Amino acid sequence: MNDALISFHDVGKLYRNGTIALAHVDLAIRAGEFLTLLGPSGCGKSTALRLIAGLEKASSGQVERVLPHKPGTIGFVFQEPTLMPWARIHENVLLPLRLQKVPAREARQRVAEVLALVGLEEFGKAYPRELSGGMRMRVSIARALALRPALLLMDEPFAALDEITRFRLNDDLLRLKKELATTIAFVTHSVFESVYLSTRIMVMAARPGRIVEEIVIDPALPRDQDARASVSYMDYCRRASRALAGAAAELPPQAEGSKTP
Amino acid sequence: MKIQPGIIRYAPSAAVVAALLFAWEAVVRLGHIPPFILPAPSLVLTTLLSDRTTLFASLVVTLETTFTALLIAVVGGLLLAILFSQWKWLERALLPVAVTLQVTPIIAIAPLLLVYLAPQSAVLVCAFLVAFFPILANAALGLASADRNLVDLFALYGASRWQSLLWLRLPAALPFILGGVRIGGGLALIGAIAGELAAGASGRETGLAFRIIEAGYRLDIPRMFAALALISFAGIAIFVILSAVSYFLLRRWHESALDEGN
Repeated sequence: MNDALISFHDVGKLYRNGTIALAHVDLAIRAGEFLTLLGPSGCGKSTALRLIAGLEKASSGQVERVLPHKPGTIGFVFQEPTLMPWARIHENVLLPLRLQKVPAREARQRVAEVLALVGLEEFGKAYPRELSGGMRMRVSIARALALRPALLLMDEPFAALDEITRFRLNDDLLRLKKELATTIAFVTHSVFESVYLSTRIMVMAARPGRIVEEIVIDPALPRDQDARASVSYMDYCRRASRALAGAAAELPPQAEGSKTP
Repeated sequence: MKIQPGIIRYAPSAAVVAALLFAWEAVVRLGHIPPFILPAPSLVLTTLLSDRTTLFASLVVTLETTFTALLIAVVGGLLLAILFSQWKWLERALLPVAVTLQVTPIIAIAPLLLVYLAPQSAVLVCAFLVAFFPILANAALGLASADRNLVDLFALYGASRWQSLLWLRLPAALPFILGGVRIGGGLALIGAIAGELAAGASGRETGLAFRIIEAGYRLDIPRMFAALALISFAGIAIFVILSAVSYFLLRRWHESALDEGN
């Protein structure tokens, strides 16, 4: 694939404690797509994301990065908002710009822009503790977008939020994706979320972490709250669930719940 | 009518102190205990006022030692903690020495210090030694306590060591550092007093501890109590001031400084 931003070639990741986080993973993130890694906890989906970000090195195989090796081309959103509690919201969003030495005037303008994108333009002066969990996550997304990354990585960003907030942020994310034309790689353990957001899903299984199925979602699938009850949406969900269940059933019973030595 | 919550909060402790003083005064008066056995609080206060020139001059000496030692301990402890956070091998190399100095009682080190140093310096070193370790230990812990994800984030955006230290590790460590300074402040006073006790009359300018010894030789018990009361007040004042500084610096963001119902 020549439009891949990042590709994995037979990538394995072995942690020092002996856990095989990933084994023989081939994967490509294509420009413009919304790729979701869907799987149970322990399937190495977060590890895959960290390898993509360059926060960790593969133990075997190769991670090919076509994106320029410049900080800021990749944005990262963690499971927690991960804001600096001592800094105001606008200072938090400013951080990547400051670290990349973007001129102050331009940086200030960018901060205002991305805060407006996530609907928090009025909260720049607030401290993180003064905001709700959902708002904090929006700040985290705004910060990740501040340097206009070509690729946005999101590690279960909405897992800790209530369902109502989560649905709203799902819609916001789709809107942002359309407006900014960024590529997104997303990690979740929610089948419904993965189908709702993605153009492509990689279903993963644990012990060892691997990809068991690829599901391509019809781009024409409507993405609005009504669509969550539509037949085609439910079909995709069923398929993803079956893939997850199938991978779990393959395991010998004693392996369930026990750690890889 | 609504009463100020501050009054409610401090009323119990104020009442306890008042009751204790009252009971003390009553025991002395009703039991006709002579002042050289146990002076009444009122007599201690009178002595404090009548001897104020000598006693307050000594208080200033002791406080000077305390704050100089605390300042050196803060600067030194912080710098060493920063070095530790940058080079782990340095921590492994120096920590045993720091721990040894910490666990050896200062009152046992003081006579040796007096052999090698001028009395003033020896007292200062005593105060410094006890204040230094909690500040170092807390700062080192704080610098290692930054959110792992934030550390990753800084790495992702190509932050230099210096930037990570200044914008992430130091602010994250601030609550720990302030906790260490608060402990160190109280200990610096204890160290100064211990040093003064060991130094005895050999110093030119004499601190409060010497006033206690001096009054003891003369069996001037009210004056001993007066000097003791001043030391206590100084300790309380140091604690209150450092707590206020801590609250002021953390009030915007840290859990420890948040008001109830916020």
